[in-house]
Amino acid sequence: MLDWLQHIGHRVLSVVAGLGRSAQLLIAALFGVGYVLKNFRLLVKQVYVTGVLSIAIIGVSGLFIGMVLGLQGYSILVDFGAEEALGQMVALTLLRELSPVVAALLFAGRAGSALTAEIGLMKATEQLASMEMIGVDPIKRVIAPRLYAGIIALPLLCILFSVVGVWGGMLVGVEWLGVFEGSYWGNMQASVSFIHDVLNGVIKSVVFAFVVTWIAVFQGYDLEPTSEGISRATTKTVVHGSLAVLGLDFVLTALMFGDF
Amino acid sequence: MSDTANLVEINGLTFLREKRAIFSDLSLRIPKGKITAIMGPSGTGKTTLLRLIGGQLKPDQGNVVVDGLGVPGLSRKQLFELRQRMGMLFQSGALFSELSVFENVAFPLRVHTSLPDDMIRDLVLIKLESVGLRGARDLMPSELSGGMGRRVALARAIALDPELMMYDEPFVGQDPITLGVLVKLIRQLNDALNMTTVLVSHDIDECLSIADHVCVLSGGQVLVEGTPEEILKSDLAEVKQFIQGLPDGPVPFRYPASDFAEDILFAGKSGVSV
Ligand SMILES: Nc1ncnc2c1ncn2[C@@H]1O[C@H](COP(=O)(O)OP(=O)(O)OP(=O)(O)O)[C@@H](O)[C@H]1O
Ligand SMILES: [Mg+2]
Repeated sequence: MLDWLQHIGHRVLSVVAGLGRSAQLLIAALFGVGYVLKNFRLLVKQVYVTGVLSIAIIGVSGLFIGMVLGLQGYSILVDFGAEEALGQMVALTLLRELSPVVAALLFAGRAGSALTAEIGLMKATEQLASMEMIGVDPIKRVIAPRLYAGIIALPLLCILFSVVGVWGGMLVGVEWLGVFEGSYWGNMQASVSFIHDVLNGVIKSVVFAFVVTWIAVFQGYDLEPTSEGISRATTKTVVHGSLAVLGLDFVLTALMFGDF
Repeated sequence: MSDTANLVEINGLTFLREKRAIFSDLSLRIPKGKITAIMGPSGTGKTTLLRLIGGQLKPDQGNVVVDGLGVPGLSRKQLFELRQRMGMLFQSGALFSELSVFENVAFPLRVHTSLPDDMIRDLVLIKLESVGLRGARDLMPSELSGGMGRRVALARAIALDPELMMYDEPFVGQDPITLGVLVKLIRQLNDALNMTTVLVSHDIDECLSIADHVCVLSGGQVLVEGTPEEILKSDLAEVKQFIQGLPDGPVPFRYPASDFAEDILFAGKSGVSV
């Protein structure tokens, strides 16, 4: 019993200590903004690696999700003779929920895990330590550009996801199932509000980007520098990142759309 | 630089790793402008000592003073400024894997100086030539052998002509010819640029031939220090054993463990698993 209590205490302490270290890293990295702006090339490269290289997976997923929404939406709406409302259904579902959430989950798996493994390997091979000895702070040079790149890339990917998804819904709804094209776009235009739907979705995505990238760089920077440690940290990035996204999504949705 | 005789002074240093004391109350001086060789059995904490000097680890007790500055008490910014005046060759080399050999050596110059590109190019080629790898400038670190990688790392470490240069086992994995060149290079750098050198190595002959000052560590303490002649003449059994490379003697060759025979015979009980 006492052993068990001690074990629990140990775990709690190590979690709290980890939170403290991650907050420290985050603050130091955010303050690296000056360095990142001065070395803009580093940021551009990371936006390319995390963002541009994720375009394919985000685009393909967006297309399929949009097409599935088109199919499912049509089969539900047609029973009420309301298939003309397909456009607004697809667009609202994507903008408010699916794009930010699914894009963030994919981002955690594609870019987040890669970030963790890359930083972790740099740590394990003493590249971070040797950078420190050269007199360059790796938090500014390695962590900060990756953090900011993630925060820039994911919201853009989320917008891409929505655009492709809406188009996918149109492919299925209009081209295949025969919904009138004018009402698909017209209903969408009339019901989507820029602030309430588009902007809120992007805000969600910014929050997710921030949290997922933070988790990814922290796991990489803080891991135990062995091959086992790297594999454990990469898994943690995906698991913690995904859970954080889903949990935060509920909170944000309640804040944004909860005032009935 | 202030003109005290010692560039690095370590006073009453205690450093623990998971409650095990790597150093207990260690005091050590590194005279300015000289080559100090640090020797000692594997696992005594030579690498740890270099990291303490570079401020990458913090002592549990005691102080590390480099050029009059207490390293553990420095702010992050001051520490990074101090490190620009130090060079360190890591045991593993630790080259930046996404940069070519040329860019690795150019890295310190690019981040700490605003020299024009052609000047950086000349400097990098001079450094690479001194380690015999000018022709390898376009290779990536993954395309180098272990010994070559360590030589590139050496070129990178000396790129900024540091005042304090620390080498962690620079001779490992070098063929006899390269080894001779490196020994001479370390001596030359020290004398021509008025550097202070800390050299960690197991190669007793090389160490004793170029060092001005030798310090043998064992069990978290300085066992003996002095000129190479004094070390060779030392009567201490530990030092004799170390210099002659004998397995049996006062310095244990093995990491502390239970009795060997017992370990083998009763392996099943202690639950050996792989
Ligand atoms: N990250 C670490 N965590 C726990 N213990 C460590 C760690 N790094 C080193 N040690 C321990 O510290 C001691 C000193 O290690 P260090 O690397 O300084 O030895 P060394 O003298 O450089 O040995 P070698 O000549 O083999 O390079 C070793 O006994 C090792 O077990
Ligand atoms: Mg070592």
